[in-house]
Amino acid sequence: MSKDSLFSKKRMTLLSDPLNDNNPITVQVLGICSALAITVQLKPAIVMAISVMVVLSVANVLISFMRKLIPSRIRIIVQLVVIATLVILVDQVLKAFVYDVSKELSVFVGLIITNCIIMGRLEAFGMANGPWESFLDGIGNSFGYAWILIVVAFFRELLGSGTLYGYPVLEKIGLYETGYENNGMMILPPMALITVGIIIWIQRMKNEKLIESK
Amino acid sequence: MDVNKNSFTFGFTTIMVIIVAALLSIAYIKLKPYQDRNIELEKKQNILNSVGINVERENAEAIYSTYIKRELVLNNKGEEVEGIAFEIDLGKEIKKDANVQLLPLFISEVDGVTRYIIPLRGKGLWGPIWGFIALEDDVNKVYGAVFDHEKETPGLGAEINTPMFQEPFAGKTIFEGEVFTPIKVIKGGPKEGDMHGVDGISGGTITSNGVSDMLSERLSMYLPYFNKMKPAIEVDSVFAEMDSVVTINDSIIN
Repeated sequence: MSKDSLFSKKRMTLLSDPLNDNNPITVQVLGICSALAITVQLKPAIVMAISVMVVLSVANVLISFMRKLIPSRIRIIVQLVVIATLVILVDQVLKAFVYDVSKELSVFVGLIITNCIIMGRLEAFGMANGPWESFLDGIGNSFGYAWILIVVAFFRELLGSGTLYGYPVLEKIGLYETGYENNGMMILPPMALITVGIIIWIQRMKNEKLIESK
Repeated sequence: MDVNKNSFTFGFTTIMVIIVAALLSIAYIKLKPYQDRNIELEKKQNILNSVGINVERENAEAIYSTYIKRELVLNNKGEEVEGIAFEIDLGKEIKKDANVQLLPLFISEVDGVTRYIIPLRGKGLWGPIWGFIALEDDVNKVYGAVFDHEKETPGLGAEINTPMFQEPFAGKTIFEGEVFTPIKVIKGGPKEGDMHGVDGISGGTITSNGVSDMLSERLSMYLPYFNKMKPAIEVDSVFAEMDSVVTINDSIIN
């Protein structure tokens, strides 16, 4: 791989694969817990996606730099320490300089530490590949995570609260006057799981690589 | 070099822990003043919000002193004690015994109207919740309330910091005749004409209950002070009534 250019085809698949064929949520079924928790509204989902992107790409690069030094018996601990340190740093910086965003994320900043996608990528990719590939892999996987999160949040916020990014869309187009009511079920966690299920269903219908042979 | 030797593993972890600890400590110390500043400004902003003054967080400092005229520290017998009300950490106070708790009270004056602002603090589902409730000068009718939280679930419990939840508090009362009846958050909404209930949040029942408990517990601590104030208020209102009677009589005479 080292002879390839920085943006060779092989390297670009690191970015594109997690978006569809090897999506961390719908194919690897990782990070489901956060996908349930923060998709009630679009705003926290987007902020969460950005934070995961920062933590995952930086952690992947750091682990990749250290990969030849990390004793294999304690590698999981080392990975967790790197992730936790980054998350705490991100949290502290947010609290100091973008207080409103930090309030928006509240409890979920801490939850990034337990996001299995991050540890999964460090263990499966960062430990075995160079820093640049690891960075691309981190960015690719966080985009794969992000788009699912945003799609789920879009439907849950629209159908559950009648708003999008806090803006009362359904009220503005006058849907309530026709007798329409918000579906309270959408804001509860089970509907997130069902929405993710529907995305997986559509994805498997369209993507031939994911259809199992009989 | 064999990275799997015990000695290397020990060395590696030691160095890693030292680096991480140093990094986080430096970050904490360097960023603390900025964070404290944000929290202080937000507190001022919330206090102002409870009496209906909406300001940007950056401007809260300047406007605060214009409207908040007095800050008192009370004990649970309703007596004024020494202290700086703004700097009292309610999170620590509510853990103390009721007899030694310090109770901050902020008194605002907006367009000549005096209102009493009581800071609140209680438990939500995941962590602390807090807020400020502003009472009219009869210490009965609520003028406004703001709530906030540290880590309630976005879209559910976290909705307590939205106007949708806070606005119904205005106009409610905390006394039924002479009896203290704090405002309760009621699942499914209060009955028509209920002066002591507001609508809860679907999916946020535990946080809603936390708000009810917080209001009941915190406001009850101020009852001795309210009772001391009441005679003064009643005398005032009697005088006011007498004045109006006198005016009426005057007009009859004239």
